[in-house]
Amino acid sequence: MAKPSKNQLQIRILGRSFLALVLSPEAPLEAWLKSLDKQIQRSASFFLGKPIILNLERVSETEEGLSDLYNELMTRNIQIISIENISTVCNAIQTWPKLGIFSNGKTVDPIHILDKTKPKPPTAPYHIIEEPVRSGQSIFFPEGDVIITNSVSSGSEIVAGGSIHVYGALRGRAIAGINGQPKARIFAYQLEAELMAIDGYYMTAEEIPENLILKPAQVYLDQNVMTVAPLMKMKS
Amino acid sequence: MAKVVVITSGKGGVGKTTSTAAIGAALAQAGQKVVVVDFDVGLRNLDLVMGSERRVVFDFVNVIHGEASLPQALIKDKRLENLFILAASQTRDKDALTEEGVQKVINELKEKFDWIICDSPAGIERGAKMAMHFADEAIIITNPEVSSVRDSDRIIGILDSTTQKALQGDKIPKHLLITRYAADRAARGDMLNTDDILDILSIPLIGIIPESEEVLKASNLGSPITLCCPHSNVAKAYNEAVQRLQGEKLDIIVPSDKKGFISWLLGRSRS
Repeated sequence: MAKPSKNQLQIRILGRSFLALVLSPEAPLEAWLKSLDKQIQRSASFFLGKPIILNLERVSETEEGLSDLYNELMTRNIQIISIENISTVCNAIQTWPKLGIFSNGKTVDPIHILDKTKPKPPTAPYHIIEEPVRSGQSIFFPEGDVIITNSVSSGSEIVAGGSIHVYGALRGRAIAGINGQPKARIFAYQLEAELMAIDGYYMTAEEIPENLILKPAQVYLDQNVMTVAPLMKMKS
Repeated sequence: MAKVVVITSGKGGVGKTTSTAAIGAALAQAGQKVVVVDFDVGLRNLDLVMGSERRVVFDFVNVIHGEASLPQALIKDKRLENLFILAASQTRDKDALTEEGVQKVINELKEKFDWIICDSPAGIERGAKMAMHFADEAIIITNPEVSSVRDSDRIIGILDSTTQKALQGDKIPKHLLITRYAADRAARGDMLNTDDILDILSIPLIGIIPESEEVLKASNLGSPITLCCPHSNVAKAYNEAVQRLQGEKLDIIVPSDKKGFISWLLGRSRS
């Protein structure tokens, strides 16, 4: 191997990857540009600073406005770095500047333009119930905590992905942390549950320590063992 | 404005039919125009308790099917001229109660009566659901025992989720009527007491009907208790419940063991 001479500078090459967006104009171009404008209006910065590849497979050579399309896109600050599928439209785009052709592109899933003017409200991972939960009712909320500001009757069932809070009597079943959340807890203002579970570990009513039955209490997993503890300091 | 009231409980044998007859009669005695409707298709009993079993020609299901008109099927009470009964069919089953059919009959009854009292069958199946579906208010009958209380709790949950008003996002007023309450057994702790029941069901109490032999006697006579024994404790309790149903504010007195009270008095005077 030939050693580079000392006075020859070494060329340093680094890699950098961008996600290029592929735009596929469709006939009629005038309408397509209008839809594009609407899209940009809703999300002004979407195309900013992003390399765009134009795919012309959906337009024909005779399409009206094709020769001006490049300029139209430039005025919208869309930076075209390459064009794909030009073989059928060669003549129509002769006036366009010469652009590079890249190889080895891989298609990524379609990209949805996010609507930035209407930001998605943050999803609240809790569910509040103010009515009594009656016998036979089942509350299923795998997304997060369930908070009940009332009583939970015998014969009902609360299933939560997170913790369960009952600011009344808990007389039914409480299943917390169903999606593998061992840190979930069950809180009750008056504990008399038929059955409780956290992350798959169960406890029946008979296993609740007698001194905590009908008392404000919490239940949690201590080294995979269902543990009941008073919620407040109890009067002795 | 006519009011549709469903008498329901979930559990059987707690006194729905007896209470329907007593409440219907008490309302009629108070001058209201009342119809009691039996929804227990296949196991009809309200006609017996009302003493009109031998006058049933056409029934609820005949009206739904268009085999008879409503005035033909309505049986007028012999004792009270503004009390009517619409009997259930004994030879069909609950599938005969279609939502459209029941709605049609209820709407027609609303034009003629002040109160439409629907006697629900036990259970939570079609008959019970149809009886409560068009209700404006509900009276939940509960005995002071755990199984009855749990079934009532279940029924309240269904009332809050499946009635026409619930589906429209409204809640119907619900009243709790405790029947077969025996003061001595409650005092001994053999029975759930009123506070325990209210704690579990958390709906307002409309009355407490004491346990009494007169109830059975009245049923066998085919006469609502408020008609046959108007001066009994039971009739008094039903009359008060009906006054509360009409919006009057009356304090509820938990029936106490009278003998106990007298012996307590005697015992005190002796000491």
